[in-house]
Amino acid sequence: MDSQDNTLQQRKKGFRAWLQDFIAEIPLIGWLLGILGAVLVEYFLGDLISYYLGLPKIPVLFGFLTVLKKPLLIPGTAGYLILVYGLPILIIVKSLQKPANKLAGFLDKQRVTVAALFHLGIFYGALHFWADMSDYRLLVIKLTMIAIMLTLSINVINGYMGEFSCSHPGFMALGAYATSTITLLLFADDKQFGAALLPEALGLYFFPLALVAGGIVAALGALVIAIPSFRTRGDYLAIISLAFLFIVKSVIENLEFMGGPRGMSSQPHYSTLPMVFTVMVLCIWIINNFVRSTMGKALNAVRDNELAAEAMTVNTRKTKIITFMFGAFWAGVAGGLFAHVLRYVNPGSFGIQRLAEILAMVYFGGLNSVTGSIVGAVSINILSEALRPLEIYKWIIIPLLLILVMLFRPTGLIAFTEFKPKELMKPKQIRVEEK
Amino acid sequence: MDLFLQNIVNGLQWGSFYALIALGYSMVYSILMLFNFAHGDVFMVGSYIGFGVATALLGFVAMTGIPLPGWLILILTIIFSMFFTSFVGIFIERVGYRPLRDAPRASAAITGLMIGIILETGNLAILGARRLSFPQLIESTTYQLGGVFVTNKKILIVGVSLGLMYLLHRFIQKSKWGMAMRAMSFDFQIVSLMGVSINKIAPLTFAIGSALAAAAGILYGLAYPVLDPYMGILLGWKAFVAAILGGRGSILGAALAGFLLGFIEIFVAWIFPSTLRDVIAYSIILLILTFRPHGFFGQAHSTQLRL
Repeated sequence: MDSQDNTLQQRKKGFRAWLQDFIAEIPLIGWLLGILGAVLVEYFLGDLISYYLGLPKIPVLFGFLTVLKKPLLIPGTAGYLILVYGLPILIIVKSLQKPANKLAGFLDKQRVTVAALFHLGIFYGALHFWADMSDYRLLVIKLTMIAIMLTLSINVINGYMGEFSCSHPGFMALGAYATSTITLLLFADDKQFGAALLPEALGLYFFPLALVAGGIVAALGALVIAIPSFRTRGDYLAIISLAFLFIVKSVIENLEFMGGPRGMSSQPHYSTLPMVFTVMVLCIWIINNFVRSTMGKALNAVRDNELAAEAMTVNTRKTKIITFMFGAFWAGVAGGLFAHVLRYVNPGSFGIQRLAEILAMVYFGGLNSVTGSIVGAVSINILSEALRPLEIYKWIIIPLLLILVMLFRPTGLIAFTEFKPKELMKPKQIRVEEK
Repeated sequence: MDLFLQNIVNGLQWGSFYALIALGYSMVYSILMLFNFAHGDVFMVGSYIGFGVATALLGFVAMTGIPLPGWLILILTIIFSMFFTSFVGIFIERVGYRPLRDAPRASAAITGLMIGIILETGNLAILGARRLSFPQLIESTTYQLGGVFVTNKKILIVGVSLGLMYLLHRFIQKSKWGMAMRAMSFDFQIVSLMGVSINKIAPLTFAIGSALAAAAGILYGLAYPVLDPYMGILLGWKAFVAAILGGRGSILGAALAGFLLGFIEIFVAWIFPSTLRDVIAYSIILLILTFRPHGFFGQAHSTQLRL
C-alpha cells in the first residue's frame, strides 16, 4: 500500500501540485513583502517598462481599462503585468521564504495587535505607493475601502441578525450630512455656512470626532427602525426600513440650509488615504470582535429562532437595538468619509440605486462572514471600475454575474466563516525534501 | 369642496397604477412567499411593449388605409401588450426564481433586483437614452360635473383598472386554475401532493402579474406620455410598499392599499407643499405599520426567515 501511495504522489507532481506546495510554504507577511516589492518596482521602473513595451502610460488598473479600450495592446499589457507584478512577487516571495517564516514565527509569539499592526504597516506602504502613481487609483482605493465598511456594517444586520434592512443608504446619508455640516460649519469658508468658526489647521485633528458625531446621528436614526423591529420582522421590517430611506432622502431634500436637492459641496480635503485606511481597519477590527463576542452569538440566536433565543435568556430587544445602532453607526462613519472623498453630497446619491449596490456587495461576498464582506466589496468595486470602458454593458455583465453566483451559491461566495487574524498570520511549515 | 372631489378623482387615477402593480407583487407572494423585485421593471417593459404595439398598429393603419378607430387600437394594444409582457414574467420565474425556490429568501430578492437592473440597462442599450413619447391614441376631452373636471382618459384609466381587477377576482374565485392558486397559497406542500404542479402555477402567477403591470404601463403612458427606462423603479418600490401595507398575499388588500397610497400622496401634495409629499406619506405608512404590523388584511403568523 505504502509504495503505491508514494508512486501516486510522485505522479501527481505537475504544475498544480508544485503551485500548491509553493503557496503552502509562504506566510502572509511574505506575500505582503512581495506585493510591496512589486509596487516599488512599478513606482520606480513602471514608466520605463511601459515605454519599452509600447504602452502609452502605466496601466492604471492592472491593464483592464487599456485592454478593453485598445485590444491591440493586450500582449504589451500582459508583458507589463508579468514583469512588474508577477516576476517580482515570485522572486521576492521565494527568496524571502525563510526569513519571512522566521519573522512570522517571531510575530506569532507577540500580541495579536502588534503582529497585526506590523502586517498592516507593510500593506499600507504597498497601497500608498500604488495609489501615489495616479489620482484615479487613489479614488478607487478610497471608495473601495468605504464600500468595505458599508458592506461589513450591513452584514451585521442582514447577515448576522437575519433581518432584511433596506435603510443603509439612509444611515449613510445621515452620517454624510452630519459630518459635512460639522466640518463646513467649523473649519471651512463656504457658501452655506459662511466663514470658519475655528482655525482651519485644527480641522484634520477634529475630523475623527466629526466622523463619530456623524455615526452617532445615524445610530439615533436607526432607533426609528429598531423599535418597530420588536414586533415585526422579515418583509414588514424591510418596508419600514425602505420607508425610512424615502423619508430621510425627502427630509434632506427639504432642508434648505443643507442645500436641499442641490446638495453640499466643497468639503475640506480631510479624507486622505491614511485616514480612510485607519478608519477602515478600526471598523473591520471592531466589527469582527463584535460578531465573535457573546453579542454576536446572541445575534445568530435571534436570527435562527427568536423565541428560543428569548427562552435561553437572550435579551432580544437589547440585542436588536444595539445591533441596529451599531450597524448604522458604521454606515454613518462611512458616509462621512464618502462625503469628504467626493467633496460633494446630494440626496440623489443615497437612493434606491445605492441600496441595490450595497445589497449586491453583501450578498455576492457572503452572509455572516467578515471575509466574505471584504471579498464582495472589493470584487464588485474593482469589477465595476475595470469594466468601465464597456459603458452601459457593464450593468448587464455585473448583474448577470451576481445572478450566477446566487444560482450556484445562494448564500454568497464565502458565507458563514469566521475571520481569525491570528490564524492568517501564522508562519507556514517549510516542507523538508525527502530523498 | 370641488377641489376635494377633484383630488379624489386624481387620487383614483394615481392609485389605480399602484393598485395594478401591487396586485402582481401580492399574487406572487401568496404562491411562493417571495417578492418579485423585478416587477417595477416589468411595468416599464410593459409600457415599452405597449409603445411598440401601438406604433405598429398605427403604422398598419397608415399602410393599409383601414380606418381603425382610436379606441379599438387602444384596446388591441392593451390586449397584445398584456399577452407579450406575460412572457417576460414567465422568463423571470424560470431564470431567477425557480432555481432558488429552496434557497434563502434574500437570494431570490437579489436575483430579482439584478434582473430588474438587466431589464433597465438592456432597454437603455437597445433603444438608447432618448425618451420616447407614447402615441396619443384617443382624443382628450374634458367633462365638467359640478365643479369637477374629468377627462375621458381618467375615466378610461380608472375603468380599465377596476375592470381588470374584477376579471382577476372572477378568475381566482371561479376558475379551476384560480382554485389551484388559492389552494397553493394555502399550503403549497400539501397541494403539490394533490397533483397540482407548482411549476405550472408559479409561471401562471408571474404571467398574470406581469400582464397587469403591462396594462398599468400602457395606462400610465396614456396619462404621462413620456417613457424612460428608469420609470419603473420608484413606482415599483412604492407599489411594493402598497402590497405590504395591504397585507402580504392579500389580493383585495393590495388593491385597496394601492388606492390608499394614491390618495395619501395626492392629498398630501394638495394640503402641504408638494416637496413634502414623500416625508408625510411615508411617515403615515410607518405609523400604520407600527400599529398594524401585518398590514390591513395580513395574518399575524410567524415570519421566520428561511435561512
